[in-house]
Amino acid sequence: MALDSKIPSGPMAMKWSNHKQDSKLINPKNKRKYTVLVVGSGLAGSSAAATLSELGYQVKCFCFQDSPRRAHSIAAQGGINAAKNYQNDGDSVHRLFYDTVKGGDFRAREANVHRLAEVSVNIIDQCVAQGVPFAREYGGGLANRSFGGAQVSRTFYARGQTGQQLLLGAYSALNKEINRGGVKMYPRTEMLDVVVVDGHAKGIITRNLVTGKIEAHAGDAVLLCTGGYGNVFYLSTNAMGCNVTATWRAHKKGAYFANPCYTQIHPTCIPVSGDYQSKLTLMSESLRNDGRVWVPKKASDVGKPPAQIPEEDRDYYLERKYPSFGNLAPRDISSRAAKEACDEGRGVGPGGRGVYLDFAESIQLFGQKTIAERYGNLFDMYERITGESAYKQPMRIYPAVHYTMGGLWVDYNLMSNLPGLHVLGEANFSDHGANRLGASALMQGLADGYFVIPTTIAPYLVTQKPASVTTDHPEFKKALEEATQRTRKFLDIKGKRSVDSFHRELGLLVWDKCGMARDKAGLEEALRKIPALREEFWSSVIVPGSGEACNPELEKAGRVADFMEFAELLCQDALHREESCGGHFRTEHQYPDGEARRDDDNFCYSAAWEYTGDLSKPNLNKEPLNFEEVHLTVRSYK
Amino acid sequence: MSLLNLQLKVWRQNRGQSGHFQDIEAKDIPDHASFLEMMDIVNERLIAKGEEPVAFDHDCREGICGMCSMTINGVPHGPEKATTTCQLHMRKFRTGDTIWIEPFRATAFPVIKDLVVDRGAFDRIQQAGGFVTVRTGSAPDANAILIGKEVADAAMDAAACIGCGACVAACKNASAMLFVSAKAGQLNSLPQGQPEKDRRTLAMVRQMDKEGFGNCTNHYECEAACPKEISVRWITKLNRDYAVAAVKESFVGQQERAEGGE
Repeated sequence: MALDSKIPSGPMAMKWSNHKQDSKLINPKNKRKYTVLVVGSGLAGSSAAATLSELGYQVKCFCFQDSPRRAHSIAAQGGINAAKNYQNDGDSVHRLFYDTVKGGDFRAREANVHRLAEVSVNIIDQCVAQGVPFAREYGGGLANRSFGGAQVSRTFYARGQTGQQLLLGAYSALNKEINRGGVKMYPRTEMLDVVVVDGHAKGIITRNLVTGKIEAHAGDAVLLCTGGYGNVFYLSTNAMGCNVTATWRAHKKGAYFANPCYTQIHPTCIPVSGDYQSKLTLMSESLRNDGRVWVPKKASDVGKPPAQIPEEDRDYYLERKYPSFGNLAPRDISSRAAKEACDEGRGVGPGGRGVYLDFAESIQLFGQKTIAERYGNLFDMYERITGESAYKQPMRIYPAVHYTMGGLWVDYNLMSNLPGLHVLGEANFSDHGANRLGASALMQGLADGYFVIPTTIAPYLVTQKPASVTTDHPEFKKALEEATQRTRKFLDIKGKRSVDSFHRELGLLVWDKCGMARDKAGLEEALRKIPALREEFWSSVIVPGSGEACNPELEKAGRVADFMEFAELLCQDALHREESCGGHFRTEHQYPDGEARRDDDNFCYSAAWEYTGDLSKPNLNKEPLNFEEVHLTVRSYK
Repeated sequence: MSLLNLQLKVWRQNRGQSGHFQDIEAKDIPDHASFLEMMDIVNERLIAKGEEPVAFDHDCREGICGMCSMTINGVPHGPEKATTTCQLHMRKFRTGDTIWIEPFRATAFPVIKDLVVDRGAFDRIQQAGGFVTVRTGSAPDANAILIGKEVADAAMDAAACIGCGACVAACKNASAMLFVSAKAGQLNSLPQGQPEKDRRTLAMVRQMDKEGFGNCTNHYECEAACPKEISVRWITKLNRDYAVAAVKESFVGQQERAEGGE
């Protein structure tokens, strides 16, 4: 199928205005006849559900957590970008647009990014009006700070918990609409499948995680706001429940999955300490302002206490390789440099997968009090987790999976190629290209939910007769039966290995072969091993308990089964993309100095994969990327 | 890293049935593991023996989502101050320790399974009035509303509440006053929250009472248990805001009340 991205005509700066002008409207009386199903209640889901309800649509919103306020958007620390230019430092919509396209290593769709930059300013207004307690100056105005990949201060923040505060704002808007009767909320409810009727997404199948009841819900459109797939690696900074199920099920019903190989590895996380480890914890990027990253020069020194390694035996490798950016080199570059040092046998700590982030010099320069004021909460968190004080010895850090830029393919209206199925936030693919800049994820989630979808859903809905399909339709009965059978199947296998043991094995394999650096041989090896592991899963997994009650093992089994399939597509995409860009680094494609080498002649497109019924043979559709405003250049941080 | 041998007394319960403590031996637990990772290890062993693992709520495992909810040795979130269960690590325990693990207990938090409880009451209190009524797109420029740094910082202190329910579990009356006062207090102390301050306060407090939470008798166990160190001074503020709103309402009469409670 040809991909129509529906990018509006006209100059870049006018596309969104023109599109809004040209979009069809639905009159208020008719809006209430339409039902919209919103899956997920993070920044994208909550803001979309609340705003669509304000407009008059009937909304049903689903989340697997016990409350919509717990969606993983809540864990974002740093901040949210907006082109407000309150600092008078030369920021503008165009500059934010440009930084984001460049930061994405020229693999994002320009028109979407420009719209994102345009609405960024409205997001801040909206959040402040809701009572989000952003940091402020003494004069009462909003404070800003800088983030990676930008030379202006455009990041708004609320202590180290900007994600929680923005989500609580969106959650309050959702609560307002639940109270008014416009939204019906279904917490502890997990989506198991999308229902397609005559080629259109017309509903979903869900499981009530308290009673185990599997149910069907019909609607006139479905919105997936279900986040990223970072947990395919098992260990990541994602919450334990984050999963690919909703987007993967939609993919198997016809929605294209775009650029799954674009995964972001964050350089500063607390390293793995043992095989019992369940998740990885991020240490804010801001620490690199005052910390110096190093490893011993000699592999024989890695076992020594850091204080006993003299200055001349230390390799401050980021300062050495990137003298102008030093310890503040971008995420993808810093991550790869840490991996290289550890691959050379110079990594520190258990398993040799760690590098030092050393504050000794800053403490000497500014005093411990100042450093504690700047980073006290992070030092405390580090000590709680590792039992070590970063005031007395260097932190040990290592990169970890953090965010996924790939996702379901969507057009300018945020609709997938499967009519009626819309995809918002991290779950879609469109705005961050091959690498996301810090403080841009929150911006995109809220832009999609508050300002984009309320306009772009109408052009689809006007083509649909409201409530034309009910759950009595045979397709619903069929999907319900399939979901019930699948659930029973997990319980009936009664094998020997736990769900987690499979998830761990899959994660290690994918991390090893399709993590920070990838090559053809490794990816081909992964593609041989994944189907074998999947087969073993389906024959020897054990899921205790019953399907008719709260059963966390059963929930995990469904998610891991989908990761087992998705992992194959992830590796296929990484294998096919014979270039290095952003978070996708193929060791065969680098400059002599080790920097990523893009191939714009052959790979300047988004890869939208189509499910064919055979997991080993997905069909590749290409959306060419045309750059009208930004010129393709090599990213350099030397 | 050393290994710990522990004796667990874990609450097991199915929905709608009565529960009991189960003795579970937890041997060779790495002291670097988090408390929830200890539970993961225990569960893997139960599964290997063909038994049902212990159900517990958890998600972000970095102390911000508010999903984890265990009472450990009688203290919600366990012995470490200002720390959620997921951030508590086993090095805080000694080999040979007996650890009692219970759900967050309160009439308003019915048990779903084992350590998993239903905290939907918190959502319903928020739905009753925990918001500023502002339509998307109708907001003025963000810097058109100037808010002094002290006021903004205080609102942020209240907003740090993660809605876990430890305050309720810690209270001998199972009162939700610390939670409700933090949520109402954040909005009631900001200029954006002034126009509907009274109706918000009344609606949230009334919903709280309807959910079956107990009354506050100022023992401040809630503040001691709160992983985000929310101050009980917010309870003082809520009492004041409620008194003002209730008095105003009694002057305005029944008609306004009907609207306020809709």
